[in-house]
Amino acid sequence: MANRVTIDPITRLEGHGKIEIFLKDDGSVDNVFFQVPELRGFEKFCEGRPVEEMPRITTRICGVCPEAHHAASAKACDAVYGITLPPTAAKLREFQYNAFYVGDHTTHFYALAGPDFVMGPDADPAVRNIIGVIGKVGADIGKEVIRTRLEAHEIAGMLGGKRIHSVGMIPGGMSKGLTSSEDHKRAVEICERFVEFAKFTIKIVDDIVLANKAYVDLILSDPYKLVVNDMGLVDENNHVNFYRGNVRVTDVNGKELHKYAPKDYLDVVGEHVEKWSYLKFPFLKQRGWTGFTEGTDTAVFRATPLSRLNAADGMATPLAQAEYERFYATLGGKPVHSTLATNWARVIELLFAAEAALQLIKDPDIIGEEHRVIPKNVPSEGVGIVEAPRGTLTHHYITDEKGIVQKANLIVGTTNNNGPIAMSIKKAAQGLIKAGAEITEPILNMVEMAFRAYDPCFGCATHSLPGQMPIEVILRDSTGKVLDRASRF
Amino acid sequence: MEAPKEKLKLAFYWAASCGGCEISLLEIGDKILTVVELADLVFCPCLVDTKYKDVEAMPDGYIDVAFYNGAVRSSENEHIAKLLRQKSKVLIAYGSCAMQGGIPALANLYDLKQIKHRAYHETQSTVNPDGVEPVPDCATNGYALTLPELYNTVFKLSDKVKVDFYIPGCPPARETTWNAIEQLVTGNLPEPGGVLGAGRKAVCEECPYEKKETRITEFHRPHTFIPPDNEQCLLEQGLVCLGPATRSGCGAQCLQAHMPCRGCYGPLPDIQDQGAKLVAAIGSMIGGTGEEEITGIVNQIVDPAGTLYRFSMADSFMVRRKLDG
Repeated sequence: MANRVTIDPITRLEGHGKIEIFLKDDGSVDNVFFQVPELRGFEKFCEGRPVEEMPRITTRICGVCPEAHHAASAKACDAVYGITLPPTAAKLREFQYNAFYVGDHTTHFYALAGPDFVMGPDADPAVRNIIGVIGKVGADIGKEVIRTRLEAHEIAGMLGGKRIHSVGMIPGGMSKGLTSSEDHKRAVEICERFVEFAKFTIKIVDDIVLANKAYVDLILSDPYKLVVNDMGLVDENNHVNFYRGNVRVTDVNGKELHKYAPKDYLDVVGEHVEKWSYLKFPFLKQRGWTGFTEGTDTAVFRATPLSRLNAADGMATPLAQAEYERFYATLGGKPVHSTLATNWARVIELLFAAEAALQLIKDPDIIGEEHRVIPKNVPSEGVGIVEAPRGTLTHHYITDEKGIVQKANLIVGTTNNNGPIAMSIKKAAQGLIKAGAEITEPILNMVEMAFRAYDPCFGCATHSLPGQMPIEVILRDSTGKVLDRASRF
Repeated sequence: MEAPKEKLKLAFYWAASCGGCEISLLEIGDKILTVVELADLVFCPCLVDTKYKDVEAMPDGYIDVAFYNGAVRSSENEHIAKLLRQKSKVLIAYGSCAMQGGIPALANLYDLKQIKHRAYHETQSTVNPDGVEPVPDCATNGYALTLPELYNTVFKLSDKVKVDFYIPGCPPARETTWNAIEQLVTGNLPEPGGVLGAGRKAVCEECPYEKKETRITEFHRPHTFIPPDNEQCLLEQGLVCLGPATRSGCGAQCLQAHMPCRGCYGPLPDIQDQGAKLVAAIGSMIGGTGEEEITGIVNQIVDPAGTLYRFSMADSFMVRRKLDG
């Protein structure tokens, strides 16, 4: 291979993620590697910690989605002690979790993926960011986005003390109830606004993306298609749920392959190791590792907003269900394998999260007194699963009889998508970077769009407020000499 | 707040961290606009597109204030720490990890070999019949690939470079961040090496619970115990709480949720070892007569290392578990 293109999309400095594209002599794409050069060792240093401290320790895996780890960890603790939560406790957790989703999905749509569609993938990079979106959609939208995030933090603080890295979810429920009528009133007010804001966001997708045939064609185009299996948490009706239920896996044709309770995750999910990335590659264990392949027999699966819609039969709330139906009607039926449709799926989930949060806060149980129970059983082993915004999140703890963690196994949201991200980038690069042609800024951005649709968390995606992760592409000859540089700053 | 004559040049960099410190900046809300009026961000991978080489090209001391968050766990983290030290007039450790190692420094209870063994060979979901392990020199099928080398020990920022000021918290609360910015802009600064934005007393001063000066007779764990008195100090009622050893400024947020403090704001002024300070505080609060009884009560505290040094392992007298060899 003669040339190498290094894309260091998040930051060239810390390297939470790095893309290496190797070119053939004619300038077409030979191979692509997506590397994660980081390992923090939570699975080891959680050994020896009291299990009840895990919801307070594992939040620090991610400051962008701490509630996901907080909730998965608390659920794993419940399982370790064999506790069934009282309705008030369960609903308080699910409420906080949905409110968190609203803040998280909003940030991604407006600040990260949205600018590509609202402004256009080949727009001047100077306006292809949230500032540009504000210019096009209206000045108030920027304030609304920040406000939505802050109000999600406000609910986290109301229930969990800390607004970031909240502490309220404990084995057996919540450390405090929602007993202040003032807090309850405020929470209802916030959730009502969340629903209106989500509806407004759907309208933006309609007016700007779906009304433009070129965008719809782009979404459905081949370089952005990846035919792999889908994973997502579903409730008792096989509707999308973020906090509770079983995990469903559907094949490339939409047929159910697995539906498993959290405790059975090891029957379904395996993790493959490559020597060139610190991050492992999950796959469907019963198929064996099939390599980075797509198609009917692949063991690769995705766990994203798109896969959650694909793996479910519908949405549990009325407005989101209507959008769900329109989504598949517009994109040619179920399942959809177009990576860029993930961004639309995320907005439908935003609407669902807002509706679900509002339903839960209006549920009479939510202000109940019984917000926690004391564990009675001898602790042993438990698994907790939630849907993190970036994929199915599994926490598995084994403790001694005193509840001290002996072993911890974590399969983090984005990790599920490690293989698919690499494959999507490769496919986009192969489809868009042509032999002999110049690699232009819009082409680079369009390669990056394949990556950005996953909202990858190790990429510190939400760190990047202006919505454009700095990208630099370096063309080198076989001796490593720099031939050319292209950047999208 | 009075604006300085010239706009301040700021830098904001993250190392081994979770992203919570960046999210904490959003917490100041509309005041972000005030900051933009007063200062230019000259280096901030999350916000502006200044490149690494641009920082290298800056004259020494060009940046007025650099904020560094996250612990130092790789050669890359250390390299940027040194670069920012050189290019900045003032270097600030922002957040628990940069200040004291934070949660990542719990890894110092183990070593890198154990961490890699657990991650790549032992975890229940790992399928690795060939015993593959990621390595820095990871050329594959002729493709020249590399990964950075990770350190065996997680360090706090001041282990590697001189730090001018600290802003505590995991992450810093919005009042702390805003107070610190005001102090920096107005020049109302403590002695070098001091803490910005936070209080000078213990978390107990902000705590909604009150001390009733009763003796601790038994320690409990938070999930197995509902404190019978919903007004009395949780520590007095037998829940380990780092409040008495921890600097105020967070608003006792955890205690507002009825959960004991875990010490993320770091030690009180003039105290070096946060955990030792708490042990001393507990010592004076324990009931019981005779050494045996007192020892019995203290031994009820589970995981003292991981609890008393939850955020300060890299800043403690022990720093890390002794390495083999």
